[in-house]
Amino acid sequence: MRTIIGDVRSTVPRIAWWVICLALTVVFLYPLYVMLSMAFKGPTEAGLIPPTLFPHELSLASFRRLASVQGLNVFGNVLNSVVVTLGATAGTVVLSTLAGYAFARARFPGSGILFFLALATFMIPFQAVITPLFKVMQVLHLNNSLLGLAIVYITFNLPFGLFIMRNSFAALPASLEEAALVDGCGILGAIRSVLLPVVMPGVITTALLTFFATWNEFFAALILITEQDKFTLPVTLTLVSSGQFGTVNWGSLQAGVALTIIPCIVVYVLLQRYYVSGMLSGALK
Amino acid sequence: MTSLAPGRALRPPGSPPAPRTGRGRRRSASRRRALLGLALAAPALVLVTVFFLVPLVLTFWMSLHNWPLMGRARFVGLDNYSRAVGDENFLRALRFTLLYTVVITPVLLVLGLFLALLVRRPVRGARFFQSVFFMPVCIGLASGSFLWLYLGQSQIGPLFDLLRRAGLVDASDNLFADVTTALALVIAMVTWKVVGLQMLLLLSGLQSIPDEVVEAARIDGAGGWQLFRWITLPLLRPTLALVLVFSVAGSLLAFDQFFIMTGGGPSNSTITAVYQVYRISFTSFRLGYGAALSVLLMVILAAVSAVQMLLLRGTDHN
Repeated sequence: MRTIIGDVRSTVPRIAWWVICLALTVVFLYPLYVMLSMAFKGPTEAGLIPPTLFPHELSLASFRRLASVQGLNVFGNVLNSVVVTLGATAGTVVLSTLAGYAFARARFPGSGILFFLALATFMIPFQAVITPLFKVMQVLHLNNSLLGLAIVYITFNLPFGLFIMRNSFAALPASLEEAALVDGCGILGAIRSVLLPVVMPGVITTALLTFFATWNEFFAALILITEQDKFTLPVTLTLVSSGQFGTVNWGSLQAGVALTIIPCIVVYVLLQRYYVSGMLSGALK
Repeated sequence: MTSLAPGRALRPPGSPPAPRTGRGRRRSASRRRALLGLALAAPALVLVTVFFLVPLVLTFWMSLHNWPLMGRARFVGLDNYSRAVGDENFLRALRFTLLYTVVITPVLLVLGLFLALLVRRPVRGARFFQSVFFMPVCIGLASGSFLWLYLGQSQIGPLFDLLRRAGLVDASDNLFADVTTALALVIAMVTWKVVGLQMLLLLSGLQSIPDEVVEAARIDGAGGWQLFRWITLPLLRPTLALVLVFSVAGSLLAFDQFFIMTGGGPSNSTITAVYQVYRISFTSFRLGYGAALSVLLMVILAAVSAVQMLLLRGTDHN
């Protein structure tokens, strides 16, 4: 039987516990509710002062207006976000799986120090190297390019991925791999057909962490991409919110916010087990 | 990477190949394996080198130069640094960043711990509430900022409307026009967005406190508060330390929330350190000076983390 360690639960009655938790739930979900209801309000209602709590009728007008802002190609920008995020996620997963295997199972001279160097990206925030990174991208002709942005995202998500995948491979018994080798597949074949299925939770965790980090990334995208057509969704929203195309249309802004947030919520609800364990293992390394 | 040369199997050059004994075969198999390892790790290592280590070294190099966006860089030695220590804009940004960090850190710590204790028990509903409180963690800081920019907007914002109904603000107020209320709004947004992570980390810390310790204290007659004060809190110290280091580092690097919600205003009073680096490098295009400010920022971050580590380790022995 679990004992009690000064939990709030043990010192307040059950009813009070439910009341507190439900009240907090309202607080936590209220902004999300506001976003959704605003995004789906009709144009007149979206401009009402004071704002209405429930939309009187559902309308897609805010989304349509967002799509038709002069000089902006919002859905092209959504596509940019999708391409960069999927590219960075796939790249991070592949590279960190290969390197994670190497650092756990096929160690080479200097692999210890190189692993440490790769993890050092953890300790030094990438905001601190953004100025020279901009210069490096310029020299490599990768500035203002979605490919360049994806590569930057892969680099800065690699430490997490490396850490998780190395641990995943290190936790496997050596006999598993040996059996596969004896059966006649090469090492790469053994990784693919025998080890990969076993380390799948690590792969999913790496993919999820990279997905959330890159889909939501703002700072590097703001600096490294300079053409509106290549903007990712969060950067596009700065144009909508600054009213650069006339006055700020708050309904359209919330429609854009909904486009950014909803994929995250859906993925979170479906795969929260992996996401939560990834957050924990990343933090408690 | 030259260390790859076969260190152990050194033979005088030109000598005949060693006979293929069983040991030799095994050695060459293990060397093949090492080569394979290097090949598999190489792509990741190349990326980290080109897009992280090179920029890191370049930060120091650029900081010694007058480096415009176009045109030639000119070596100026430590000029950028001596300018930075007297740069009122940079110092003000640093002071504001520290203020923000000092205010938000206890908020996150206390609320995170409260939530963790609240949803800790394996009772019906606890898991559901855990998921709800953690949900905003998966939302981007930028999207959260855009959302709250609207919430707190004068007249039209629903949160503003609630505050007005509660009599806390006047209809004519602008929460973003005053540094205190603007900061309060940003802190509310960030707390909403990240406190779930603090909760999760502290929850896992609570989970690792052994039952026997608690049982023993109960037998000795400790009540709820005493258990919390004398058992939970001390045993939770390593986790608290971790959460503290995380939230302090995150707050010192704050950018998105101020860039989006306050735009640095009113009258540049909410410019953070990273925001100032951004302005120097990418709106004034003084890359060398921006790099120098980055170096100073890194030094401050490292110093703050080191002090935190020392303090927390120091108290551990008591």
